[in-house]
Amino acid sequence: MESSRRRFLQLAGISALGLTTKPVLNAFAVEHGSEAPSEIVIKKGAKALKAKQWAMVIDTREIHSTEDIEPIIEACNKIHNIPKFENKNHEIKWIWEEEYKHAFPEKATDYLNEEIEHKPFLVLCNHCENPACVRACPTKATFKRESDGIVIMDFHRCIGCRFCMAACPFGARSFNFRDPRPFIEETNKEFPTRTKGVVEKCNFCAERLAVGEMPACVEASNGILSFGDLYDPESEVRELLRTNYTIRRKQNLGTAPAVYYIV
Amino acid sequence: MLELAFKGGKSYWGWIGALLLVIGGAFGLYLTQIKLGLGITGMSRDVSWGFYIANFTYLVGVAAGGVMVVLPYYLHDYKAFGKVTILGEFLAIASIVMCLLFIIVDLGQPMRLFNVPLYPTPNSVLFWDMIVLNGYLFLNIVIGWNVLEAERNGIHYQMWLKPLIYVSIPWAVSIHTVTAYLYCGLPGRGFWLTAILAPRFLSSAFAAGPALLILLCLFIRRVTNFDPGREQIQSLAKIVAYAITINVFFFLCEVFVVFYSQIPEHMDHLKYLFVGFHGKGALVPWMWSSMILMAVGILLLVNPITRKHEGVLAFGCVVIIIGTWIDKGLGMISGGFVPNPMHHVTEYIPTGPEIGITIGVYAVGALVLTILYKLAVSVKEEVQA
Repeated sequence: MESSRRRFLQLAGISALGLTTKPVLNAFAVEHGSEAPSEIVIKKGAKALKAKQWAMVIDTREIHSTEDIEPIIEACNKIHNIPKFENKNHEIKWIWEEEYKHAFPEKATDYLNEEIEHKPFLVLCNHCENPACVRACPTKATFKRESDGIVIMDFHRCIGCRFCMAACPFGARSFNFRDPRPFIEETNKEFPTRTKGVVEKCNFCAERLAVGEMPACVEASNGILSFGDLYDPESEVRELLRTNYTIRRKQNLGTAPAVYYIV
Repeated sequence: MLELAFKGGKSYWGWIGALLLVIGGAFGLYLTQIKLGLGITGMSRDVSWGFYIANFTYLVGVAAGGVMVVLPYYLHDYKAFGKVTILGEFLAIASIVMCLLFIIVDLGQPMRLFNVPLYPTPNSVLFWDMIVLNGYLFLNIVIGWNVLEAERNGIHYQMWLKPLIYVSIPWAVSIHTVTAYLYCGLPGRGFWLTAILAPRFLSSAFAAGPALLILLCLFIRRVTNFDPGREQIQSLAKIVAYAITINVFFFLCEVFVVFYSQIPEHMDHLKYLFVGFHGKGALVPWMWSSMILMAVGILLLVNPITRKHEGVLAFGCVVIIIGTWIDKGLGMISGGFVPNPMHHVTEYIPTGPEIGITIGVYAVGALVLTILYKLAVSVKEEVQA
């Protein structure tokens, strides 16, 4: 009696273990293509803007003071329901300003061009071609969208482990240390608000591209920001990259940022 | 065998009761954290991991340190350790339980924990950490329990345990290696971006784990009829002596590379920890204390005269445990975040609730350890009698 009960428990334990490994095995199976990949068809709107790898060029020559970039940041904050926190430690930032020495710390020098030293630089998620954050995420809550290269987040899958924040070398990710909703000035019903305990960041306005609109920051920038397909030689960004000397943040780390700066 | 845990004296039950009280209080704090979010901790946008992850890292080390009694006994047939292997295995179980709890209390959305096995992501080190930690917990429970039960019944343990025991040895190394890989594979975090991080983690683990085991052995000898043995304690002490020396050596290797190369991204973190950076230096006195404590530990444990004196040995172990805990628990994690990749200096100091929850997790570990050690010691006493 005693031994048969023990035997049952042992078997039950082993079976339970088997169940938990099933999804893991599935994942490997899909990777090796032994199982027919389930066709996921994402229907694009007729007006949707398409690209292989979206990229941005920031013409910093056109930026002279905070006034030039405030409307850009404000446009983003407004449509994406970014809360305003008093506590700097809990700040949510999608696109914001930094001094040159913080945006490009490895290029900082004591004898810098005065204008550049004091002018505000816009920084945001670089939507890297080889993103470290995507590699780190244990649930694929953040992933690089194959259709257009946007590094995007599923706020509902994120477990809030913040591994992506440690992985990102650009400080582009924010964590909801508390419920953001009471701190949103005016809620935009078109875009989801977030819950406490998840990470978020710039999404290159994926929701606007889907309906044929340019990102909000680009639209509000008076031509300071340009946006287009990095892999299309005819695109506006490629034209700018061809005709101007540009730099990227921490290029030496190999993440291949898709945001370029004309200095 | 579990019934043995229910037979205890007044002090045993008093201790259990006290632990339950602490756990209850900490659970209350955790409910507040669930309600208000991780904003009640000292963590920030810039220092996004803090005390929880630091203590997690330290305890992975303590768990891995258990292998230092398992390996000599099962692989080199060092018979003396047969008496204490169970103590190492049960210490590993309690440590892993604490590790898993620290991960859970650190999550922003703990209810979504099972997204990790539901959406398995082999490119994430955290995914592998889940596998190795749970695997190590499972191995130690199965091995520890069955070997102890066999000892109680006066028989040799089942043969099917043998392969599991052999697997558990490299597995112990894997848990701390994978935990180091969480940090050392991240671009833009110069402090962790070093191939010696995993070896450093392991060396400090093999010092801290056995040092704690020595203290536990001395305690068990004092309060029970089971004597883990003088030879066993002395052998453990030699292991601690080598491991802590190697740990400090690895650290000095790191210091040389960082300061001789003079690469700011790597150097600034060590500067922050040891001399302060841009006027911020909350950890400076801690880090120097850690260095002094580890140096004192080396002197006391390498020297045979002091090592053989069990009172001094116990003091040396305490010193090493505190020294390695500061090094790994305080410096290693926040040191990697300060300055942040944009070269802003935001310091991190844990808050009261955060420390309270941490103490609660340690209390759970102490409870698990108490119950498991009660079983082990009761069986050993039975067998002796």
